[in-house]
Amino acid sequence: MPLVELRKRVTVVEEIFHEGGPVAKVPYRRAAIFAVIKNPFAGRYVETIVGFSEDLKPLGLEMANALIAALGGDPRVIEGYGKGAIVGAAGEIEHGALWHAPGGYAMREALGGAMAIVPSAKKVAGLGARLDVPITHINASYVRSHFDAIEIGLADAPRADEMLLALAMTTGPRVHNRAGGLEASQIKGLDGLR
Amino acid sequence: MKAKIRKLLTFVEETRREMDRAVEPPTRRAAAVAVIENPFAGRYVEDLSALIDIGEELGALLAARAVAALGIEGARVESYGKAAAVGENGELEHAAAILHPKLGAPVRKALGKGAALIPSSKKRGGPGVALDVPLGHKDAAFVRSHFDGMEVRVADAPRANEIMVAVAVTDSGRPHPRVGGLTKNEVKGVDGLR
Repeated sequence: MPLVELRKRVTVVEEIFHEGGPVAKVPYRRAAIFAVIKNPFAGRYVETIVGFSEDLKPLGLEMANALIAALGGDPRVIEGYGKGAIVGAAGEIEHGALWHAPGGYAMREALGGAMAIVPSAKKVAGLGARLDVPITHINASYVRSHFDAIEIGLADAPRADEMLLALAMTTGPRVHNRAGGLEASQIKGLDGLR
Repeated sequence: MKAKIRKLLTFVEETRREMDRAVEPPTRRAAAVAVIENPFAGRYVEDLSALIDIGEELGALLAARAVAALGIEGARVESYGKAAAVGENGELEHAAAILHPKLGAPVRKALGKGAALIPSSKKRGGPGVALDVPLGHKDAAFVRSHFDGMEVRVADAPRANEIMVAVAVTDSGRPHPRVGGLTKNEVKGVDGLR
């Protein structure tokens, strides 16, 4: 299987103090990291691609750890996560799907065993495309206060033969969360859902 | 109708070839979008129950329109997702109020089932903002062939005092799924995960 050729890595950290309501005691932080890599399958149909998922594992772990570092270095403050991919125009949506396993496992490992499925989105698009990476609580998908998303993208990526692979993490509930539902304090933590 | 609707849109994407290979049968996904007035634009309102009720009626309306656009029975829908973009004078929590408390039940009713969490994303943005609606299998979130996303945008929405709400459904997964994982034939459909 081909090596992972990295062209760029970008980290974005948002610190949210308020959204028109009371100022949060501790700002809510939402961060993403994404790598722009060469798509080894661009321009042609390749049947067997799943091995590239394995090749992406070290990159995934490195990105997960770098993202935690960008949020201060303590994995215990991370409460939400998500992942996504933008595939350049000479690629196929299935190439983006290769990110599901390495991206998800990397974050679980770096966070010490998160239980919830990692929500995701992906698309095929051109330079400057933006992607909304969905975010949910790391241990219980139904925690309503933690449903969120972060928009990512880069002016010069993905080129036609590239892929942009993203991970996202947050440090808590939305800043003025008051839409009810399951709360983080009520998590049973058995099934990854509640 | 509690929601003051300015526009309703329906998008259908049918993919017949991917990487120059025929997709048989074609994969199809549909999104129904409502552009509504944000009753809380421009001020901080603590009680969001009016938006929560709007979410319930939009769930029924948009699910029915999206399923109708595919021309199939609700029970034949394979994956789904939801998303909202709040205009400039609104708050992220307004999107949460529409999406999370009550929108899901009428969507599931339209489909007959839906054991899995409905994946979601949200953002604030200006007219023409791209909204990526994450997609996941409706009865088992871990079905890897059905992890996907659908971009929708409306050139003139959301205006500052509006909210754009989308529900997406499919009759299929990605065009040429081959990254392994749980398949739709293995779905138990009990816990919403597998």
